[in-house]
Amino acid sequence: MKINLVALLSGIIFGVGLALSQMIDPNKVLSFLDVTGNWDPSLAFVMIGALVVTMLSFRFILKRSAPVLDSGFHVSRQTIINRPLLIGAGLFGIGWGMTGYCPGPAVASLGLFSVEGIIMVVAIYAGFFSQHWLANK
Amino acid sequence: MENFTPYSALAGGGLIGLSVSLLLLYNGRMAGISGMMNGLFSAPKKEKIWSGLFLCGLILGAFIFQYFTNGSLQLRQGYPVLLIIFGGFLVGFGTRMGSGCTSGHGICGVANFSIRSITATITFMLSGMLTVFILKQLLGAA
Repeated sequence: MKINLVALLSGIIFGVGLALSQMIDPNKVLSFLDVTGNWDPSLAFVMIGALVVTMLSFRFILKRSAPVLDSGFHVSRQTIINRPLLIGAGLFGIGWGMTGYCPGPAVASLGLFSVEGIIMVVAIYAGFFSQHWLANK
Repeated sequence: MENFTPYSALAGGGLIGLSVSLLLLYNGRMAGISGMMNGLFSAPKKEKIWSGLFLCGLILGAFIFQYFTNGSLQLRQGYPVLLIIFGGFLVGFGTRMGSGCTSGHGICGVANFSIRSITATITFMLSGMLTVFILKQLLGAA
């Protein structure tokens, strides 16, 4: 029960963060990726803001033997850099550059009643299911 | 660079960092949003519930911000729908194949100094920049 409350609260804070930083606006994201055009470095500052907090907090949090509401941390220990990682990230970047949406802002934009956001989320799921289907073939 | 908004970017980023930290401290989870979206249809029931609530929170957070700032965020109009459909598909396909997106790799993984996530983040940043360059500069689209 408490786990669900924390998840909801974290989601709300994340959503407000995306809106305040305007990362929910796909054109703002595209103007970051448009390095040779009228470049807007805001997205890098969002990353810096988030990383300053998380790099500090993670060090303390991960020193604990367990999180507050669970018996252990669910953190990936994988270190292999393989082809699926590189090809997947490369394809994701192409889609990101085509649309200006990564998954977080796509979902959050539903809260602005964005029709584009709905199409984006449906298309993302089509991508998920196709990948599962190909991977399990 | 007249559209650069450093202060709201840093503050918004700080909130995102806070959100990610809370989820790790209390629930022991990395806030990977593509993973949560995917989990809604494939994970065990317990996972589905918290993932779904986080995503609802994401929607609610954007709605609350828009409500209290009197609709300060403008929606994009007239962007080619085909680009959204194909691009969205690639975002879904790519984030599953590469096990993460901007939140999971870019924030959580980088903060955890994961070499995998740092590599993925550099890769999708570069490929996103190259894509925008090709679309905007060479084809004159978008």
